[in-house]
Amino acid sequence: MAKEHTVKIEAHDFNFHYGAKQALFNINLSIPERRVTAFIGPSGCGKSTFLRSINRMNDLIDGTRVEGHMVVDGTDVYDKDVDVVTLRRRIGMVFQKSIPFPKSIFENITYGLTLNKKVSKSDLEEVVETSLRKSALWEEVKDRLHNSALSLSGGQQQRLCIARAVAINPEILLMDEPCSALDPISTGKVEELIAELKDTYTIVLVTHNMQQAGRISDQTGFFLMGSLIEFDRTRTIFTSPAMKETEDYITGRFG
Amino acid sequence: MSNPFRSKHTHWGEWIAEWSIRLVASASIVVIFLIFVFVFREASSLFIPKKFVEAPSLSATSSPNAEMVPETYGEEPAVAETPTSGEEGAPGQFIYSPKNPHYPEIYNPDTGLLPADIDVVPADPEAEAPPVQIGLTENLTSNVWQPVGEVPKFGIIPLLIGTAKTTIIAILIGAPLGILAALYVAFFAKRWVREIVKPAIELLAGFPSVVIGFFCLVTVASFVQDITGLPYRLNAIVGGIGLSLAVIPIVFSIAEDALSSVPKSLHEASLALGSTEWQTAYRVMLPAAAPGVFAAVLLGVGRAFGETMIAIMATGNAPLSSWSPFEPARTVAATIGSEMGEVVWGSEHYGVLFFLGVLLFVVSFGLNAITELYVKKRFIKRFQGQ
Repeated sequence: MAKEHTVKIEAHDFNFHYGAKQALFNINLSIPERRVTAFIGPSGCGKSTFLRSINRMNDLIDGTRVEGHMVVDGTDVYDKDVDVVTLRRRIGMVFQKSIPFPKSIFENITYGLTLNKKVSKSDLEEVVETSLRKSALWEEVKDRLHNSALSLSGGQQQRLCIARAVAINPEILLMDEPCSALDPISTGKVEELIAELKDTYTIVLVTHNMQQAGRISDQTGFFLMGSLIEFDRTRTIFTSPAMKETEDYITGRFG
Repeated sequence: MSNPFRSKHTHWGEWIAEWSIRLVASASIVVIFLIFVFVFREASSLFIPKKFVEAPSLSATSSPNAEMVPETYGEEPAVAETPTSGEEGAPGQFIYSPKNPHYPEIYNPDTGLLPADIDVVPADPEAEAPPVQIGLTENLTSNVWQPVGEVPKFGIIPLLIGTAKTTIIAILIGAPLGILAALYVAFFAKRWVREIVKPAIELLAGFPSVVIGFFCLVTVASFVQDITGLPYRLNAIVGGIGLSLAVIPIVFSIAEDALSSVPKSLHEASLALGSTEWQTAYRVMLPAAAPGVFAAVLLGVGRAFGETMIAIMATGNAPLSSWSPFEPARTVAATIGSEMGEVVWGSEHYGVLFFLGVLLFVVSFGLNAITELYVKKRFIKRFQGQ
């Protein structure tokens, strides 16, 4: 078996509330470094909420509250002295809908880089090229870097968003159903991309597509009604799940 | 067999509703068009050489027994000046508004006198001709606006300067404040703050401009005078501040709408890349809303140079040809507003005032056209890529 990886993200008795409604119940798990971790489960089960808790995107929603600990590299991200902006620079995120900024392709990728420091033009060009190569988009757009990002197709836009997240060189890449709005060919490209990126980044992926979780993830967590039912190696989850709920969901008996 | 797709019901209610909507819409377009036509027609009397037209119903209407006709402002100004030679007691004079016996009937454009002022009608009006005749173009482009002098001077340059001066001041103050307030309310304010601030500023948009003008006249003027130490209270700065009070709510409310209609997902995406709220607002949301924000500023400009009451009350209303913000100004709109009520219908002054109205139309139309065709495209290109 593959050697054990160090733990990158840990949740200890993590609870999450939207106002009066509790969305996550006592989540405990450890996500290893430089592997792909997938979360599956029916809609509304809390997997996206958990993902968005890692980089504190849920802070943007009024009236949310957390209990317990979400530890990244040994630091609780909900500590008072954690700077959210720095945290988010270390934890990139790709959303379900591709949302390029209404700027040129070039500016989309350099956006995160130029926020806090001056970067020379040649450095920027280099980063744009590497990021686009990493996200397998370079060949398609290299001649029109200064065209609007909105002129790209849906699949290209999503890869652009991945390139944009990769450009600031995060350690963790959170992906919230990155392929749900894409056609099978684009999905294939993004999946190849994820497989390549996992050598460099810790990837956490939320997906509705169980085949996708089976294809690309190293371990899989199954969420149901706000609880983490089972978390194990993907092969184990898909071949011999320990819990009945997991088996029912995977075999399509419900959900 | 019968056509299965044939409508079984005739939707009379919907048909009526649809046609009423169509009628109302076309009626409003027609009304707007007619306003244009009216203003342009009145102004055209300036440039078309005057012809003395025989008044069609002179004898009937000048009879003392004529039925009283309600005052009809602006009606039939095209035939306002008619010769009365041959009629009793007024050789060389003009009958004005022949329909209305209660309105002063006789006006002599050479002396500028109404019948109340003259008991004895000069027998030979040519003797009273103005000493100097000024050509119309020369008159309009001169630097003096003195429409009721012995030789009326209709130099619109000081009015244009005054309008530009106060509008620029109003926009320089109003646009940044309005946009910043919109940014704050759209992205930074807590929800309860937003719920108070937004309606409060929008309420200001419906504020009677005479109240704003009064406020400037009394309070802002003293304040500005204290700071600048000028000998007079009213000047373009006070007027500009007053106009900016009218501009801010317009810029705010349209810019705020534009900003909050930018998808929230862009906001999230930007924050997820490790930008602060301010960077997100300034570098992502504002550019994404750029066309809307630009439209907001443009409407603000329109309001500033079209605003009449504040301009009359707070600018000093003196037609000076000076670009200094510390000197009084008089805007085009204020000129129309303060003089139209007293002008003699159909006179040259009347025509000039309508000509100023046409100028207002043309400038705002041109401004919109330029923005639509040129600036907006460049703006969008600059902020959003090609």
